[in-house]
Amino acid sequence: MSAIFDIIASAGLWAAVMRIATPLILGTLGALLSERSGVLNLGIEGIMTFGAMIGWLTVYHGGDLWTGFLAAAFAGALFGFLHAVLTVTLGLSQHVAGLGVTLFASSFSYYVFRLVVPVAGTPPTIKPFQPISISGISDLPFIGPAFFTQTSPTYLAIFLAFVLTYLIFRTPLGLAIRMTGENPHAAEAQGINPIVMRYGAVMAGSALMAMAGAFLTLSAFNSFFPTMVQGRGWICIALVVFASWRPERALLGALLFAFFDGFQLRLQTVLGGAVPYQLFLMIPYLLSIAALALMARRARVPQALMQPYRRGER
Amino acid sequence: MRFERREHRPLALVIATPLIAVVAALAIAGLLIAIAGAPVLEAYWRILKGAYGSRLSTTETLTRATPLILTGLAAAVAFRARLWNIGGEGQLYLGAITVAWASSHFIGNWPSALQIPMLLVLGALAGMVLLLVPLWLRLRFSVDEVVTTLLLNFVAVLFVSMLIDTVLKDPTAFGWPQSQSVADAAMLPKLLARSRLNFGLVIAIGLALILAFVQSRTVFGMQSRAAGLNPSGALFAGVPLGRTLVAVACLSGGLAGLAGAVEVMGVKGYVTTDLSPGYGYSGIVVAMLANLNPFGVVLAAIFTATMFVGADGMSRALGIPSYIADVIVALSLLTMLIAVFFTQYRIRR
Repeated sequence: MSAIFDIIASAGLWAAVMRIATPLILGTLGALLSERSGVLNLGIEGIMTFGAMIGWLTVYHGGDLWTGFLAAAFAGALFGFLHAVLTVTLGLSQHVAGLGVTLFASSFSYYVFRLVVPVAGTPPTIKPFQPISISGISDLPFIGPAFFTQTSPTYLAIFLAFVLTYLIFRTPLGLAIRMTGENPHAAEAQGINPIVMRYGAVMAGSALMAMAGAFLTLSAFNSFFPTMVQGRGWICIALVVFASWRPERALLGALLFAFFDGFQLRLQTVLGGAVPYQLFLMIPYLLSIAALALMARRARVPQALMQPYRRGER
Repeated sequence: MRFERREHRPLALVIATPLIAVVAALAIAGLLIAIAGAPVLEAYWRILKGAYGSRLSTTETLTRATPLILTGLAAAVAFRARLWNIGGEGQLYLGAITVAWASSHFIGNWPSALQIPMLLVLGALAGMVLLLVPLWLRLRFSVDEVVTTLLLNFVAVLFVSMLIDTVLKDPTAFGWPQSQSVADAAMLPKLLARSRLNFGLVIAIGLALILAFVQSRTVFGMQSRAAGLNPSGALFAGVPLGRTLVAVACLSGGLAGLAGAVEVMGVKGYVTTDLSPGYGYSGIVVAMLANLNPFGVVLAAIFTATMFVGADGMSRALGIPSYIADVIVALSLLTMLIAVFFTQYRIRR
């Protein structure tokens, strides 16, 4: 019992929680924005992989770290465009199209990576983002090392959660996106172009997803390797439901989730060989399923989610 | 640009769709090969040669197609009823480990004629159970099964990894995490000597034939399709929706579990966590390329296996990463989706 308390009372845990939460925050925000306009984007897992790869590659070839992030966001938007062509223009099944985008984006990432970095063995590394210390705050006991020794993308992710809350609920653009997700026909009657709204939301959302991936290679780790995303994209999709499609709750959900993940990582070292480590690794996935079961009925789903919109067709 | 629904779909177009999709995918992938600086036609020639150039490679391609037929059927059966089973990978692993466990611990001394059928049934049952969980969550809590089946893939692989690290670990494998082997009597008979081609292929093709019959000629086949096309309409017409979906899930999960069982009993003999190079996910592409038709699944599985087996040899010769096979397979899913769309709609200016 005291071991558990020690874990929770350690600043290291909370620093890890913030780090684990960052890609989940960015990915969940991206999926949420897209779904608010009525498009489920299951391309997330592949787009995160591509973002991780292209961000890393940009820096590996001499770009600076923020250029890497931008390259990832741009590439993500392109994959978002592909998903939008399939699901918005053609109105294909969002499930299958999204899986197609994931399969394509991830295999394409591996292909490009192997082409540029043919040597196997130890993967080459880059110099990742360093923690920034804010004078005064970072030196505070406990709170400083726990919450204020992160790299800048983490603060950016948290900031974006608030920006998105404001955008979706307090601006005319946000209202237009929400209307498109609830009832595109009504939106069109109000002079909103649902097609443009959906393209925009899917592309911006995909850019966020790719940034989530780039965080993995540019801040959390310093190299790229296949399968490094490890289902984080699917967890983000579950977190959107858990957050009931609200960005501020997505932030909380991602932090809560990261807390359990960081906690199990430390519990592993405490309990050592007594319990197989795989049981701990299952926890994030099982938690996501539990969160879905808990929230699916209660959550307010955008009413037009997964419904294609074609003018003049009902 | 606007689209209008076609009044009728020309049969020739429907049959040509997968071919058009594959050619388009190969053309786009060819662009990627060209950018990498390799001769495109030679690359494809080498893929073909790598997959069919010798007796060994041909049998290897068919061996690789076997689990793909089964996971492809698993996806096709489920998708037809709009049950989005993306958990084929996890179901495959659960089927595989169940077979290894049962044969190495319980029924290893049974004669082949009894043990093999028993193991196949157990493998299928394991896959079923893993799919019934997400289905229950969908029916009880309206949880989207796409996400839950995807998440369960990770849980299943971790579960298998745990078992082969502990209770099922093979003590003679020099510390590698590898399950104990199935009994010799559990291995499926070979179809050809000096190859890995085994009876699993016959099982897979046989099941495709049976499914083609079930889907087109039985009440259950009609009900499962109705449940997919229009659930509320089907319910109104007296289709027992819940029961139909449970049956579809048993069939789909069972087929994916069987893929794992067959891979262990036909090829590997034991389970590792790299037993499947994504057979469960490729099965989704196979099903879509086949337009969910069981006969088509067999052909699409052979196409996919050709790419995977052929790409290895091509990669060694030309220095193009063998991931190009995954790219081609993923691209053909996307091009197939678009091609199918244009059999249903036409562009109106």
